[in-house]
Amino acid sequence: MIKDLHVRVEDKEILNGVNLTIHPGEVHALMGRNGSGKSTLSYALMGHPRYVVTGGQILYKGKDLLQLPTDERARQGIYLAFQYPVSIPGVSVSNFLRAAVKARRGEEVPVKEFRKELRTHMGALGIKDDFLSRYVNDGFSGGEKKRLEILQMALIKPELAVLDETDSGLDIDALKTVAEGINAMTGPDRAVLLITHYQRILNYITPEFVHVMQDGQIALSGGGELAHELEARGYDWVTQELAPTGAV
Amino acid sequence: MAAELTRDFDLREVGADYKYGFHDEENYNFKSGKGLTQEIVAQLSRMKNEPEWMLKFRLRALEIFLKKPMPTWGNTDLLNAIDFTNIHYFVRATEKQGRSWEEVPEGIKKTFDRLGIPEAERKFLAGVTAQYESEVVYHSIREDLAKQGVIFLDMDSGLREHEEIVRKHFGTVIPPADNKFAALNSAVWSGGSFVWVPAGVRVEIPLQAYFRINTENMGQFERTLIIAEPGSYVHYIEGCTAPVYSSDSLHSAVVELIAKPGAHIRYTTIQNWSKNVYNLVTKRALAHADAKVEWVDGNLGSKLTMKYPSIYLVGPRAHGEVLSVAFAGDGQHQDAGAKMIHAAPDTSSIIVSKSISKNTGRTSYRGLVKVYPGATSVKSSVRCDALLLDEEARSDTYPTMEIDEKQVTIEHEATVSKVGEEQLFYLMSRGLTQAEATTMIVNGFFEPFIKELPLEYAVELNRLIRLEMEGSVG
Repeated sequence: MIKDLHVRVEDKEILNGVNLTIHPGEVHALMGRNGSGKSTLSYALMGHPRYVVTGGQILYKGKDLLQLPTDERARQGIYLAFQYPVSIPGVSVSNFLRAAVKARRGEEVPVKEFRKELRTHMGALGIKDDFLSRYVNDGFSGGEKKRLEILQMALIKPELAVLDETDSGLDIDALKTVAEGINAMTGPDRAVLLITHYQRILNYITPEFVHVMQDGQIALSGGGELAHELEARGYDWVTQELAPTGAV
Repeated sequence: MAAELTRDFDLREVGADYKYGFHDEENYNFKSGKGLTQEIVAQLSRMKNEPEWMLKFRLRALEIFLKKPMPTWGNTDLLNAIDFTNIHYFVRATEKQGRSWEEVPEGIKKTFDRLGIPEAERKFLAGVTAQYESEVVYHSIREDLAKQGVIFLDMDSGLREHEEIVRKHFGTVIPPADNKFAALNSAVWSGGSFVWVPAGVRVEIPLQAYFRINTENMGQFERTLIIAEPGSYVHYIEGCTAPVYSSDSLHSAVVELIAKPGAHIRYTTIQNWSKNVYNLVTKRALAHADAKVEWVDGNLGSKLTMKYPSIYLVGPRAHGEVLSVAFAGDGQHQDAGAKMIHAAPDTSSIIVSKSISKNTGRTSYRGLVKVYPGATSVKSSVRCDALLLDEEARSDTYPTMEIDEKQVTIEHEATVSKVGEEQLFYLMSRGLTQAEATTMIVNGFFEPFIKELPLEYAVELNRLIRLEMEGSVG
C-alpha cells in the first residue's frame, strides 16, 4: 500500500502524493506519459539512494518498507525489472543468477537442481545456453536484457513484481515471449505492477486495474477497459477528465 | 625455551634429508649484525661456499648499493622511511627458529582459518616451519621434470650444481647497477629459483616454488633466474593467495627471464605479503626472436609495492605481455606497472593493468613503452583501468612513451571509475548485500586476470577478494 508518497530526485519533486494499493494476486498496469513519474515510483519502491522520499509511506505486508534497505526489500519479495538494466562486466550470468537466487531463498540451491530450473525457464523464454557464460548485460541487445530481467524474476519468484517498461524496445515476438513469462509468474499470492507507456503489452497481459499517472500523481484509475480507452483517446483525454486522485 | 630447542632439533632433522639444499647446521645459529658491510657480504658468500666470481659480483653490487641514492620518484615518503641499518641481512634460519605459532598475529591466523589453509601449509606460510610438508606429493612431479632434462632448483643449489649456466646468465638481464634495490639484492641474495628448460621441451605443469625440496622461496632477497632454451615452454608460478606473514620489513627480489628464440615463458605472481612489508622487486625478461614472454602479476599485500615487470623485445617478432592487477587496501600503496622495450622490428606488446583502491589505499600505474630506431612495424597496446571503492581512495597513472620510430602502432587507453551507484543498486535490488554486491563488482573487474590463473589459484583469489571486501562497506 502506497500512501501519499512524495519523492524528490536531486532538488526536484517528482512524485507529489501518490496513493496506490495492490493486493496479492492482482495485476495492475500503471500508464502515463514519459516524465509523469512512473519510473520514479518504481525506484522509490525499490529504495534507490537518489530517490529521496520526502513524505508519505509505503506499507508492504504490514511493514514500513521505507525503513528497509534495498537488498532487504528484495529478500522480502519485491522485484524490479529495470527499464535499463546496467552491465556488470566480468560477472557471468550464471554466477549472478545463483547469487540472486541464494539471496532470495536464504540458502545455497543445489547446483543440479538450480541448473534444471534454469534450463526450464530459459527454454520457455527462448534463451540459449551460451547466455549463461556471458557477462551480465554486457553487450546485450535490448531484447536480451529484457529476457534476462524476466529470467531473474522467474527464478527469484517475487511476491510483488514491478516491471518498468519491460515492453519497450521489443519486437512483437520478443514481446509475446516476455508477456508469457510475466503471465507465468502471476498467481494468487503474487502481484504485478506493470509500468508501461503503451497499451501494446496489454494485448497479452490482462490487468484487473489500470492507473494513469500524471504530474507525479495517479490521475485516473479504472478496470482493464481503461487501457483500451486510453489507447483510443490518448493521454490528453485524461487531462480533460480532470479526474480526482484515484485510490484503488 | 624448551619449545625453541625442539624446533631447532626439527629443523636439523629436516636439513639432514636434503639432497639438493644447502643446510649446514651452523647456519641456524648464524645471525649477521645490523647494517650492511663488506664483511657481512663476504661472510655470507663464504658460508654458502660460493665461487670467487660470485663473491666479487656481490661485493661490486654492495658498492653500487651504498653509492646509489634512493629513488626520487614514487612514494618517496615511504621509501625514505626504510632504515637499512636496521635490517639483518642474513637471518632467515635463525629468525624462523625464533618464531613460534603463538607469535603469529591473530589477524593472519584468522585469515588462514577463513581461507581453509591446511595446517602444515599455515605454519609454512607464517614462517613457523621451514618446509612445506609436501615432499611426497611432489616427488613424482620432480621425477618427471628430471626425465625431461629440466633443471628446477633453488638458486643456491643451482649455482653449486650448474655453475657454468648460472655464470653465463646471472645478472645479465638485470645488472646490479640497474637500481638501488637490484644492487642490494645482488649483494645479499639468498634463495629464489633456478630453472633451465632444454631446447624444444614443453613443461606441461606450471612450476611452483614449493615443488622444490628447498624452501628458500620466500626469502627477503630472493633471486630467480629462468632460462628457456630455443623452442621450449615453461610456466612458473610464485606466491600464493594466503597472506605471507613476515617480520622482515623489506623484501627486494630480482627475477631474470631469458626466452631464447621461439621460446615461451609465462611467469605468474600472486603476492600477498603482510601489510608491514616493503616489496620492491625488479623483474625483467629478455625475449629473443619469435619468443614470447608473459608476466601475470597480482599484488594484494604489502605496505608499499614497487614493481614494473619489463620485457626487452630484442629479436624480431618477439611478443611481450604484462597483465597486472593491484589491490590497495587501507594504508597500502601499490605502485605497479610495466615496461616494454621494443628493440627489434615486428615486435608486439600488450599491457593490461587493473587496480582497485579501497579506503585510503592508493594505486599507481607507472608504465613505459619504448621503441628504438629501426624497430619498424611495432605494435603496442596499453590499457589501464582503475576502480575506486571509496571517496578517499586514490589512483594515478604515469604512462611514458618514447617512440623513436615512425612506423609503429601504439594504442593507449586509461579509465578511472568509481564503483557505480547504478551497479550496486542493481545487484542489491536482487537481494545481495552491499558488501556482496561490491565484491561481485570487484571480482568482475579482476576477471580478466583471474581467468588467466590455474583453477585453484582463481578460486582462492576470489575468496580472498571477498575477505578483503568484508567489513569495508555496509
